[in-house]
Amino acid sequence: MSAVAQITLSVVALGITFWVVRLVGLRRLRSKYALLWLVITVPLVPLAVFPAIVDEAGEFLGVNYPPALLFSLSSLLLLGIVIHYSWELSRLESRTRRLGEEIALLNARLDDAERADDGEDES
Amino acid sequence: MSAVAVIPAFNEEASLGGVLAEIAEIDGLVPVVVDDGSSDGTAGVARNAGVACVRLPFNLGVGGAVRTGLRWALDHDAGTVVIVDADGQHDPADVAALLAAIDAGADLAIGSRFAADAGDYAVGGTRRRAMRILNRLVRSTTGFAATDATSGFRAMSRPVVEYLAREYPVEYLADTVEVIVLVRRAGHEVIEVPVSMRERAGGVPSARRFRLVFNFLRLLVGIAGGVLVGRRDGGRS
Ligand SMILES: Nc1nc2c(ncn2[C@@H]2O[C@H](COP(=O)(O)OP(=O)(O)O)[C@@H](O)[C@H]2O)c(=O)[nH]1
Ligand SMILES: [Mg+2]
Repeated sequence: MSAVAQITLSVVALGITFWVVRLVGLRRLRSKYALLWLVITVPLVPLAVFPAIVDEAGEFLGVNYPPALLFSLSSLLLLGIVIHYSWELSRLESRTRRLGEEIALLNARLDDAERADDGEDES
Repeated sequence: MSAVAVIPAFNEEASLGGVLAEIAEIDGLVPVVVDDGSSDGTAGVARNAGVACVRLPFNLGVGGAVRTGLRWALDHDAGTVVIVDADGQHDPADVAALLAAIDAGADLAIGSRFAADAGDYAVGGTRRRAMRILNRLVRSTTGFAATDATSGFRAMSRPVVEYLAREYPVEYLADTVEVIVLVRRAGHEVIEVPVSMRERAGGVPSARRFRLVFNFLRLLVGIAGGVLVGRRDGGRS
């Protein structure tokens, strides 16, 4: 990897890290999701500075094209995040449904209460 | 304006009745139970005791339940709020001391089981070490020498209730530790009051400590975010 590539990658990784943490501070991003992204961007910095880590890890694991290790690892991480999102989405969907039901039932109870009130007024 | 006791409760039918009976002894304290989506008879226990009960449609966690309770307190014109757990760990006998600290001018009074003159309370090794780290985290970010940063037994003044009803961080650990940081940074006065905590009166304690590392990292990110944007008024939610 050239020095320019190393520097660019480090700067981008650090930039994203700061941006994500800032979004948390601004309350635009929940800290649990921030953690998810930091797990990816933070290790990128040492990898960019010492690319030999990848080669050595590849050699250790017996992968003959070490960068493939990086690609498969990052696809796995992204896959994990996406699956996590569908899990969160399912939870959100069932919660919105519950909220809709709750409001409808509250409305019905309010109607009942108002009707009971009217009845009392007339008698 | 009165004092409101916010009591978050998640499946606490076994201990809630006793807690409510003890709270009823305290003059001028209006209790509200926040039923955090319990599947047992928690709401029924509150109703039978004639205590207001806010029922959440699903489980929001301790932080979410407390936040709901703070909003109820504001709706009911509370002057001060004290948070008391439904599992019987918090001794209502200490409520008076917490409220007195607020009356004396503090904005957030934290019941500490480890302060000098507090009762003895045993915690296991890992938990104890984690608590020390969290206390140190509070001290290094705010200068406030916390001895029990994770204690949920607290009283707060009206301005802090108003602030937290908007800004309460609902995540576990953030709901106790980050709250101290936020309240200090917003310029409010925080103090500790020694209390004696008891074993829970019934039911089961949460298994949350298994997720301690995740929760700790999440807390760090949250606090780092606040420091990075130099939040004073808490930003917006
Ligand atoms: N564990 C747990 N407690 C909740 C929840 N929502 C409200 N609570 C109440 O929050 C209080 C503190 O909970 P507890 O598990 O005893 O926490 P700990 O004392 O800090 O270990 C109790 O009164 C619970 O009933 C929740 O989702 N989980
Ligand atoms: Mg407890």
